[in-house]
Amino acid sequence: MSGFDISVILHALPFLAKGLGLSLALTAVAMIGGLALGLVIAVIRLSRFRFPAMLAALYVNGFRAVPLILVIFWFYFLVPLLLGRPVGALYSVLIAFVMFEGAYYSEIIRAGLKSVRPGQWQAAQASGMTYLQTIRLVVLPQALRKMAPLMVTQGVVLFQDTSLVYVVSLHDFMTSASIVANTQNRIVELYVFAAFVYFAICTTGSVLAQRLSSGRRHAY
Amino acid sequence: MIRIEGLSKSYGDLPVLRNCSLEVGRGEVVVICGPSGSGKSTFVKCMNGIEPVQAGRITIDGEVLPSKPAAAARIRSRVGMVFQHFELYPHLTVMENICLAQIHVLKRGRGEAEAKARALLRRVGLADKESAYPTQLSGGQQQRIAIVRALAMDPIAMLFDEPTSALDPEMIGEVLAVMLELAREGMTMIVVTHEMGFAKAAAGRIVFMDHGEIVEVAETQHFFAQPSSERARLFLSRILAH
Repeated sequence: MSGFDISVILHALPFLAKGLGLSLALTAVAMIGGLALGLVIAVIRLSRFRFPAMLAALYVNGFRAVPLILVIFWFYFLVPLLLGRPVGALYSVLIAFVMFEGAYYSEIIRAGLKSVRPGQWQAAQASGMTYLQTIRLVVLPQALRKMAPLMVTQGVVLFQDTSLVYVVSLHDFMTSASIVANTQNRIVELYVFAAFVYFAICTTGSVLAQRLSSGRRHAY
Repeated sequence: MIRIEGLSKSYGDLPVLRNCSLEVGRGEVVVICGPSGSGKSTFVKCMNGIEPVQAGRITIDGEVLPSKPAAAARIRSRVGMVFQHFELYPHLTVMENICLAQIHVLKRGRGEAEAKARALLRRVGLADKESAYPTQLSGGQQQRIAIVRALAMDPIAMLFDEPTSALDPEMIGEVLAVMLELAREGMTMIVVTHEMGFAKAAAGRIVFMDHGEIVEVAETQHFFAQPSSERARLFLSRILAH
């Protein structure tokens, strides 16, 4: 093992790309699913229905109190038990990520909705809008501008967290890099390359988040 | 038109409204005044149910306002409301602000809603502002547009919650002028304000509140000539001194 052999990376590129594809796909599904679930949870928590709001709070605090890796394990073993048949590692991981991210996104969305002045809620309600119309037409569009940077930041964290799926034997980007590193005995090359890819993707996300938040200052 | 019976409300142990009753007839203009913290803003916000109350009954145009907020939405859409801080929607243009509830609550078509908005904007002298955003306008302009937004719903009555107290002095006149015109046209209006000039010019009756109670309801001329309660006398001497 001498010198920095870049050819080993080039040879392994299709395999690594497949791993990266899984990481990105997981991130995308967890983000979209998590946002949708988070929105529903946030709206329930802010509603005047005490009991559902309490359940939603329990959900959020529960998921935020356990590490993601535990949630992944949990769904890997629990979902097949509930359904009575195996669902496969990929689906159980997708469910775990969406449920977990939903808890975090709901907090971002809830804070965003609450940041809109009470007078805006009152004005919308005074004009005869229902609770859901008020949220959809008046509050959410204003809150979204404030939430966008935090959502992107959460997405970056989420992308990094996809490396945890190795525990259920799925090959995400990190796991793939690690497999190549060990089988080819080229640890330095592969881990430098992996670091570079993570750095490039996450920095892009962070820059996007910063753009979004500095753009806000001039909005209103 | 609007009948309020035995309205009571408190925040925890702190009572903000105590057994308030008031009846306002069609076309009447009533001004509610009183020292700050007397509950007059809360009172007017309870009238269309956007502030919940612990006790009391509100009847609008013969319909009892239900305690369930969802059921109250339809009745609420018939009463216009203007706020101290305008509360235009900052993410929408003037035109979109005026059309939003027309389209989504009254289910009007966009064309009809925009025609209505344009006609009303002309009346308040802001026809050229329809594509501006609220932050690009002065406070006086924003409040006139907030009035237009409420009028576009063809309300049977209008509630004003200190509509001029967040405005610079030179902008108060333009808003009061619009309100005076509305009063002359026979709109039913309930106005919380410190503008005694407006009260004298437009109001038929004055409601004086203090410590969450309606202390006195009197004909406007009577109220200013000789208020019957000591508290109202004290309030007037302070507010009219300058």
